[in-house]
Amino acid sequence: MRRYFGRKILIYGLTFILAATIDWMIPRFMPGDPIANVMARIGAVVNPAAAQAMRDYYTHIFGLDLPMWQQYVNFWNSLLHGDLGISIYLFPTPVTTVLMRAVPYDLFLLIPSILLSWYAGNKFGAFAARSKWLDNTVSPIGYILTATPYMWLGILLAWLFGIVLGWFPIAGAYGFNLRPHLSWTFIWDVLHHWFLPFMSLFLVGFGGQAIGMRNMIIYELEADYSHYLEALGAPRRLVRKYAFRNAMLPQITGLALSLGVVVAGALVTEVVFSYPGIGYLLLAAIQNQDYFLIQGCFLFIIIGVLVANFIIDVTYVIIDPRTRRGMTGETA
Amino acid sequence: MKRVLSTTVALLVVLTMVLTACGPTPTPEKITVRETVTVKETVTVKETVTVKETVTVKETVQVPVVVTAVPEKPTEVVYPRNETIYVSGAAWGPASTWNPFQPGSLANTTGTIGFVYEFLFAFDPQTGKVTPWLAESGKWTNATTYDVILRKGLTWSDGKPLTAADVKFTFELSQKNAALWFSPLWTYLTGVTAADETHLTFTFKDPLYQEWDNYLYNLPIVPKHLWESKTAEETNSGANEKPVGSGAYLYDTRGEDRNVWVRNENWWGIAVFGKPAPKRIVDIRFSSNNVALGAVIKGDIDLSNNFLPGVATLAKAGYVKTYFADAPFMLSANTAVLFLNTTKKPMDDAKFRRALAFAIDVPSIVNIAYAQLVKAASPTGLLPSLSRFDDAAVLAKLGYSFDTAKAKQMLAAAGYKDTNGDKFVEAPDGSAFALEVTCPFGWSDWMAAIDIIASSAQAAGINIKAVTPDYGAWNTALQGGTFDMTLNNWASMSNTPWTLYNLLFRHPIQEQMQSGNFGRYNNKAVFDLVDALAKVPTTDEAGMKAACAKIQEAMLTDMPMIPLWYNGLWAQFSESAWTNWPTEKSTSPTLPTTWSGYWQLGGLMTLINLKPVQ
Repeated sequence: MRRYFGRKILIYGLTFILAATIDWMIPRFMPGDPIANVMARIGAVVNPAAAQAMRDYYTHIFGLDLPMWQQYVNFWNSLLHGDLGISIYLFPTPVTTVLMRAVPYDLFLLIPSILLSWYAGNKFGAFAARSKWLDNTVSPIGYILTATPYMWLGILLAWLFGIVLGWFPIAGAYGFNLRPHLSWTFIWDVLHHWFLPFMSLFLVGFGGQAIGMRNMIIYELEADYSHYLEALGAPRRLVRKYAFRNAMLPQITGLALSLGVVVAGALVTEVVFSYPGIGYLLLAAIQNQDYFLIQGCFLFIIIGVLVANFIIDVTYVIIDPRTRRGMTGETA
Repeated sequence: MKRVLSTTVALLVVLTMVLTACGPTPTPEKITVRETVTVKETVTVKETVTVKETVTVKETVQVPVVVTAVPEKPTEVVYPRNETIYVSGAAWGPASTWNPFQPGSLANTTGTIGFVYEFLFAFDPQTGKVTPWLAESGKWTNATTYDVILRKGLTWSDGKPLTAADVKFTFELSQKNAALWFSPLWTYLTGVTAADETHLTFTFKDPLYQEWDNYLYNLPIVPKHLWESKTAEETNSGANEKPVGSGAYLYDTRGEDRNVWVRNENWWGIAVFGKPAPKRIVDIRFSSNNVALGAVIKGDIDLSNNFLPGVATLAKAGYVKTYFADAPFMLSANTAVLFLNTTKKPMDDAKFRRALAFAIDVPSIVNIAYAQLVKAASPTGLLPSLSRFDDAAVLAKLGYSFDTAKAKQMLAAAGYKDTNGDKFVEAPDGSAFALEVTCPFGWSDWMAAIDIIASSAQAAGINIKAVTPDYGAWNTALQGGTFDMTLNNWASMSNTPWTLYNLLFRHPIQEQMQSGNFGRYNNKAVFDLVDALAKVPTTDEAGMKAACAKIQEAMLTDMPMIPLWYNGLWAQFSESAWTNWPTEKSTSPTLPTTWSGYWQLGGLMTLINLKPVQ
């Protein structure tokens, strides 16, 4: 057990260092000069002398005048202190503040939608695997939902329920006439704004999960051990129980990976529903060559994915006896 | 196992919702003010019937009353509809700084300059009048001295008075900090003296009159008592949270996608200009123009300064109102100019450039790309508000318009012929060329415009393709001078034509051209003409017209850049909650815009003139 986990942690550590290095390198090799961008946004009222002074000033603030290797060392140094630098696009806000302010909105949208669509999708997929009637209804719907371009579905929902029927608002995380405070009006308003983006994410996720689960269950029900149990006269419930457990394994992997990238935000949702979040900021950061904000976001994603992978490994040890056996060296 | 799973799922869902709700929530500030009120009444009654005079004096002294006055920053958590105005189109990201010296578009809090911090003068681009704002009057006492008298009774939002010392301090800030944007002022400003609380004198050496006027209505005045203790770094790039200014609005709160400003009930300008009608302004950031369009149709926002394609149809159908009831619907904000890189062949040939000017199909850009929301520009590039500086004789002789046949003729006359049968002309020396016209990716209206530029040029035989790099790459090419031809519109409404010509003919030519003359047109004679214009006093209109005529003649003969159309001051508004918006029919229309740098050009007056729908 210890050797198994020790080796895993070593691999994850090395992956993190490598990924963080690539993360540090990529923004610096993008075409374009971020200081020029900052200067351009000053506008046309700058004369050459002041422009040079300003250029030197900003280059110094962001540490871009140091040699590459020193920038790299400084990067690790500040990373270990929890300092991700200062955003260029949202100067002078520190990157950590930007992320901390924006990420909760994405978590609020994505975690419930991923979890609920996973749960509901798996349930329906499992039912569909054994009921012909359900299979004929859930599967086509599932295929349509999963094949629909997400932005089209989002815009359709916004237009239908937001503008034509007017049941839901189409922009913002809470009403523009409200200030966050603890009251039922506010909570209700937040949920009111949350529902459409959540629904759009849920529907697409649901479709994919239902189909995946249905296929997995059918595969399991046709496996050798299922036939053997049936031949032995085991009740159908028992066979289905074992099939379900085996079918869940890849679904759990998928769930953990989806949760791992949650910190990347849902860019299209944020654009279609004007919902604040990190996806939109990340796009803006890329377009504005904001080195530090891009680095910070990607770092979160790297950590998220690695943590998710690690949790999968631990979960597998717990729920899959074959992994437990494999760890102690026995063959299955 | 299933039970465990479902309960964990449910718990996680609830947990995330609770965690997000407990996210960063601004705590409202409560300020209690105790006021002692004494009322004295003196009534004098004079009766002259005989020689008798009776004087009655009534004096009532009330017991001091302790009053908890309305806190300076009201802290409602639900904003009433008839007190709040919702606007959009100015901010494109979360607020990051309230430093008025931060580059304008870096701050997504566009109300900092204009709402919180104010200027000595305000300028109305439509009438060309400069209105004294913080100043009561300003004039040149001789060729190198400018006198300013401030109004009496000016106050900062923390109660302290605004005096000449604050103005002197603000101007001298850039003397100490070269990194501030207005430090070039000190190349010709030699000193600022404050004779008393309201009297200021600026002394110059070789003043640039036209540029000085720009500073008068663009330089925000900051409080000395709060800024003198700031370090250079804080002044140049600090965020200046909780800004204290003299303006009509105060910072209230913000969110990831909104900035909220609340009216300053103690604003000095209420007695002078009037009280701004909306108590609160919520400046919304929409993720894209399409969502803004949806919100406008729903009536959720009152004023949208986004570019909404198809607004012409909506305006005609009555969904929204615009400044003009008919084309072009929008006022003209700035000129879109096609810069040609004169360091590359064949754009170093003036005859080629002139032929290109006739080849570009501006009417299609106006009618198709913009669906009639803009106007074609005057060949001089000056906005309609400055059209009196257009020299009619020069335009008659050298003006251009869309004429493909004439373009082909001019190309042939200049030696450009199609020698290899690829339907495109080659240079007089026989070399083929393939040019690219660029604009940033995502600027959909400009992308449509450069498509039309490319196709109409191809129709005249010039091989031009439309390319749309990312903003960063485009900007680097712009300032580094590596592009072929590109659009730019950085000279906006101003009280002087010098602003535009300063952008077009910026000099000296350097490695990085950051604020103009991106095509690196190097012509000392024209640079001298622009410098001469800068030195003409703004009161000498005849002199300015003469200087402009010379510049325009040189510009249209050589055509180093081609002014194409006027970008619109996009504004569509709804009258569901607020009326009396400025339109062409208003008696004294102001600018219906929330854009950065426009509050002092009339945006604030628009708010003062608004009336709530009862």
